[in-house]
Amino acid sequence: MPDKDILLRVENLKMYFPATKTLGGRVTNWVKAVDDISFEVERGKTYGLVGESGCGKTTTGKCILRINEATSGHIYYKDMDLVTASKSDIAKIRRKIQLIFQDPYGSLNPRQSCGDILREAVVLGPGRHDSKATKERVAELLQTVELLPDMADRYPHELSGGQRQRLGIARALACDPELIVCDEPVSALDVSIQAQIINLFQKIQKELGLTYVFIAHDLAVVRHIADTIGVMYLGHIVETMDAEEIFTHPMHPYTKALLSAVPITDYDVERSRHRILLEGEVPSPIHAPTGCPFHPRCRYATEACKHEMPRMKDYGNGHMVACHNTEAAQKDTVEQ
Amino acid sequence: MEEKQVLLDVKNLRTSFFTDSGEVKSVNDVSFHVNKREVVAIVGESGSGKSVTQLSIMQLIQSPPGKILGGEVWFRGENLLTFDQKKMRTVRGNGISMVFQEPMTSLNPVITVGNQLTEVLRVHHKGMTKKEAWERGIKALEAVGIPDPEARMKNYPFEMSGGMRQRVLIAIAVACSSELIIADEPTTALDVTTQAQVMELLMSLVQENGTSLIVVTHNLGLVTRYADRIYVMYAGRIVESGTAETIMKHPRHPYTLGLMESVPRLDSEKGEQLIPIQGTPPNLADIPEHCSFYDRCKYACEECLNKPHPPLREVEEGHCIACHLDVRGGREHA
Repeated sequence: MPDKDILLRVENLKMYFPATKTLGGRVTNWVKAVDDISFEVERGKTYGLVGESGCGKTTTGKCILRINEATSGHIYYKDMDLVTASKSDIAKIRRKIQLIFQDPYGSLNPRQSCGDILREAVVLGPGRHDSKATKERVAELLQTVELLPDMADRYPHELSGGQRQRLGIARALACDPELIVCDEPVSALDVSIQAQIINLFQKIQKELGLTYVFIAHDLAVVRHIADTIGVMYLGHIVETMDAEEIFTHPMHPYTKALLSAVPITDYDVERSRHRILLEGEVPSPIHAPTGCPFHPRCRYATEACKHEMPRMKDYGNGHMVACHNTEAAQKDTVEQ
Repeated sequence: MEEKQVLLDVKNLRTSFFTDSGEVKSVNDVSFHVNKREVVAIVGESGSGKSVTQLSIMQLIQSPPGKILGGEVWFRGENLLTFDQKKMRTVRGNGISMVFQEPMTSLNPVITVGNQLTEVLRVHHKGMTKKEAWERGIKALEAVGIPDPEARMKNYPFEMSGGMRQRVLIAIAVACSSELIIADEPTTALDVTTQAQVMELLMSLVQENGTSLIVVTHNLGLVTRYADRIYVMYAGRIVESGTAETIMKHPRHPYTLGLMESVPRLDSEKGEQLIPIQGTPPNLADIPEHCSFYDRCKYACEECLNKPHPPLREVEEGHCIACHLDVRGGREHA
């Protein structure tokens, strides 16, 4: 559609890591961390990636930032392919794509004051940087993330978890980015603080027109903040849909199981909810099952699932599902 | 219905840590009880004293700097706080078991799972032979749903996944046939689908073996699903208590209310805003005389500032709050 303004487009991205090598250095086994995923992110919107640990969501984020060199596929940022772009081209747009980490403490230099941390990021950003302009910009950034101006003189260890995450956000904003990859930015925070940071994310998105790729394992958080959600399982995106639909119309058996595993706080609804308990654990990505990655744990699995990787099918409204048996799964839900 | 039997009764427990910055009152006059076959949830944020309360019950507080200053912990008709460490050892494992958050650090990395399991068994059952203990260990692993338990007994903890390790810890509690299991954030380190498996396992113990369970958690969804009764802790005190149904439907303490409004919900309407609790929890080394939630409470009034911290009072049968006001919450009132 021409009216959509796509800022980031990921096409058939694969990221394989060597798992075992022979003495001669030949790789005999691969960890297929990300295996052929595609998605688009519209400008000013939030794309949420959810999945359990080891499903490849963080690796996807790292590929976008080119911390990992993708094995194959394309990542288009505007018109530039980030996978094949030269180092110098990447350097030019580096500031436009920023990253916010899960552990705000580990990502802040303990020996730099908060002001210094921001100053360093501002100086590297666009525009002139005499000391007065820098100082103003730092003050402005602190204000954006709702930190008091005197925080500039403090050190990271003097801040609370929520304040540190705010500082991490301020640093990411220092170079006027367009796209921010947020990797589990609220999962280390307490519930009452988590809400403050989520609201902050939404506020600055509105004010600055930012685009987010929001990576998290908490379905409720992702559903709250994202416009579109991609559910990952073992390196594949198994379902993408409008954030609204994940609760009302999940179609992939894994999405359903994931949803039913997350308890909700409405007492009557929760106590009467049907629960799908998955057997076993996520298989190792080194020995990923053939065919559909979910088939060994799926109650609707048929012979076809064991051999053939299901393709993404469009069910309208941008709802795409990679499953051979959506009809069987759908019927089952109705009967319950 | 049969008369409810109280299994654990904690009265006015106070635990402090004496640090360079003064006395940190982690547990400040906490009372609660657990009935037989009951699932009790202690809910609170980090630093609210929920874990320290449990460690105090087990007398696992490191001293110094920590010290249990007062209170009573009645279990099987005896006050555990009068026990010395030697006598306490007969209670730990046999009577009360604890399952911790991080299963990797609670297991010894250089000893096989089987040896750790049998060690516990042989300490608690004098005269049990190694072979008998090994057999019971296998049964315990089987009971917690670990496939191929014979082979798994010879595994080291690092050879297992997080969910599997958590099962091993539960297996240790099962093997000792404890009457009470204290699970301190048992699923926080686990993925959601594994979390569901581990919680279902704990619940099956309650149903089949008649074990009582204390779940310490910050996850409100989890307590909605599994708990019979809930205690909400804030800054070292219990601020609200009641059955899971009353608390989740009609919370009446502003903190509980605030917690519920600040958690993103899967079933919320599109565009619904989260209402965070402003500010941060108070420094436990410097708790004010007045209500400790005063600074963050949106209902706070002058009365709250002038009076000392409100004691727990019953607002309806079995529902207590520590608040001067009576704020009605819940979906219907919101």
